[in-house]
Amino acid sequence: MTTFPIITLLIIAVITLGITAVALFLKNIIHCSILLAVSWVGIAAFYLWAGAEFVAFAQVLVYVGAVSMVVLFAVLLTQRKQLDLEKLTGTVGFRELGKLAAAMVATVLVIAIATTPLTGSFDAINEPVITVRDIGIQLRDNHIGALLIVGVLLTVALLGAVVVASAEPKTEE
Amino acid sequence: MLGTGILKGLYITAKNLVGSYYSSERLTTIQYPEQRAQLPENYRNFPFLVYDGEDAIDGLRCTACKMCEKECPPQCIYIIPERDEKGKLQKKPKVFDIDISVCMGCGICAEVCPFESIKMDHHFEVAQRNRFAGLLLHREQLAKSNKYYHSIRPKEATAVDESLAEEKRKAEEKAKAAAAAKEAAAKAAAAKAADAAKAKTDDLEEKKN
Amino acid sequence: MSASSESILEAFPLTIRDWLASVVPLDWLQWLILSLIGIVAILTVFGLTFAFTTVTERKLLGRFQNRLGPNRVRIFGIRVFGFFQPFADAVKALTKEDIVPAAADKVLHFLAPCAMVAFSLLGFAVLPFGKHLSLLSNIDAALLYFFAAGAASELAIFMAGWSSNNKFSLISSMRALAQLISYELPLLLVAVPAVLMAGSLSLTGIVVNQGGDLGILNWNVFTPWGFAGFIIFFIAALAECNRCPFDLPEGESEIIAGYLTEYSGFKYALFFMGEYFGMMSLSGLGVTLFLGGWQAPCAALAFIPSYLWFYAKLIVMILCFIWMRATLLRLRMDQLMRLSWKFLVPLALVNLGTVTFWKYTADWEGGMLVARWLIAIALVILPFISLGKVLSSGLGPRKYRYA
Repeated sequence: MTTFPIITLLIIAVITLGITAVALFLKNIIHCSILLAVSWVGIAAFYLWAGAEFVAFAQVLVYVGAVSMVVLFAVLLTQRKQLDLEKLTGTVGFRELGKLAAAMVATVLVIAIATTPLTGSFDAINEPVITVRDIGIQLRDNHIGALLIVGVLLTVALLGAVVVASAEPKTEE
Repeated sequence: MLGTGILKGLYITAKNLVGSYYSSERLTTIQYPEQRAQLPENYRNFPFLVYDGEDAIDGLRCTACKMCEKECPPQCIYIIPERDEKGKLQKKPKVFDIDISVCMGCGICAEVCPFESIKMDHHFEVAQRNRFAGLLLHREQLAKSNKYYHSIRPKEATAVDESLAEEKRKAEEKAKAAAAAKEAAAKAAAAKAADAAKAKTDDLEEKKN
Repeated sequence: MSASSESILEAFPLTIRDWLASVVPLDWLQWLILSLIGIVAILTVFGLTFAFTTVTERKLLGRFQNRLGPNRVRIFGIRVFGFFQPFADAVKALTKEDIVPAAADKVLHFLAPCAMVAFSLLGFAVLPFGKHLSLLSNIDAALLYFFAAGAASELAIFMAGWSSNNKFSLISSMRALAQLISYELPLLLVAVPAVLMAGSLSLTGIVVNQGGDLGILNWNVFTPWGFAGFIIFFIAALAECNRCPFDLPEGESEIIAGYLTEYSGFKYALFFMGEYFGMMSLSGLGVTLFLGGWQAPCAALAFIPSYLWFYAKLIVMILCFIWMRATLLRLRMDQLMRLSWKFLVPLALVNLGTVTFWKYTADWEGGMLVARWLIAIALVILPFISLGKVLSSGLGPRKYRYA
């Protein structure tokens, strides 16, 4: 794989951030969600730049292919009623809870970013050190527990979704 | 077992695919402008006017009786009878127009015509570029020979010819009979007149005597 | 991608490409030209294949129904059984009026067909067309790339359906999304066995794994799990590219033309093109995974270049697609969902078990080899029959009360 200079990263970052910013400020919510999918493609491009093609393709497959669909379905199936935001979030409890959640997420993110060791030059990491096979072996040997837990979690979620979806109210025949 | 129905269906379509190259009775398509289907005799399209003899206009059987004009449901027939200088009707159409953009091909005109003049055609390629003039047929375009009529509907045309001949014969016989009767009457009348004259003279002579 | 000495024909495309690239002196320009030649080659070959697939499809559908099919178009008085039809179609599509509904979302309405074609073309990049012919042959996770590219086309369909501002379009794009997501699962699941056997996600690796002294018998489709996998793959591929009997998203009789309702002229043609490109790349994937890719059926036939073998297999796949279209009726929405979730997905999962068994019994010989085959066949057949019985119970032949 050819090495990409750091300027590529900057371009990818600017485009992705630009798209995300536009997505945040657009009025039309469908446009926003489609742009969100595009920004996920940008993130996939970043993974590609970093040499993690497996993660990049998985990102496109899962986020652009599936999650964006879920988002779009959710948007389309939501009733467009004019919600009284003041009433809904106006209570003190809600506001405080929201602030607390935001603060917690921000803290986690900041800590994660701050503690990640950014060693080595940017150009050196472009060669994919880890192949898909290595990822597989790693998952099988070292992280088998995590893999199983995630699998069980997803299965439970899927079953739950099936149960929720199938429990439709009985109508008279 | 599940899926056998699909296999059966696949077999049938494959048989069609191969068979269509070998057996001609599978392919029923007629490639139209080059190949043409034989139209059945009773196929009808638009009306036309039959004429006898050589001249299309003089030989028209039509007598401008306007029966078809009256019966036509969408009223697409337009007739003006011919008149001579004195304004007397001539039993000929001066104008006989059919608007085939209106005609619905019902064939009622052909059925009501007492003179076997208007018949239904087999000609169906009548598309025109002009919406109005091109689809208004005049008597010159409508007139088609009895020979043509025979060529498209041989059975019907023969029957029509026979009945026309029969009618003609009857009419001639009638005319002959009428003529004979007239002659006889005239003779009788002449004889009577002669008798009467004779009687008169006789009377006169008697008076003289 | 190194030139080999085995056959001039085999390396012929590469020779031409390298010669063309060597004309330019600049290094980076050479790189650009090398890439561009690959892209242009794929666009030309598959563009022409698309064009002639459409006319072949129409002609074959005619024959399947005892008709003649299109045979009239001629150029300069030459009428080659109507095979110039695609050019006439192209002219028609280009000259037609491009209608955009007044209430449509103009930008998305324009972007959707472009995205459709672009995404469906992406899959070609990783397919190994020949021994040395593949655009991105060094991608490690080629299979994943292929499915990622395929998944993105859902977005295009949604854009088309939503931007038209037409209820039929929206319903159909919802249908299409449900269908694509449902059938992506079996498609992925039956691709896994081939990966398991080859031990590699790279498509080239999967093809190489199907080579050997046995020739045609080395292909995955001639193993119990491969055969079952191929059938499931074929059904799922039919559904993925919206082909009959899974053409519900278009469903002319129910929802006009689905997400294509508000499209006309060249945009419509682009959707058409995207669909056919998708079909071709999925067929190419099927060939790669199960039919031995570019491998010749036996060593004696190996003198024919590998890319021709690949192309021939691709054509056979496409002809099978057409055959299916001529035979089967369109499914109902609930039948479509049931087929995927209750039938194909469980069978694909069982197939995963079969391939594991197959992999671990690779060293059985003699009588054990027979046992291996029997067990594997039973593992394929028994679930199929029992699941089929359960699902089709009570759905017997319909009785017509008033007929």
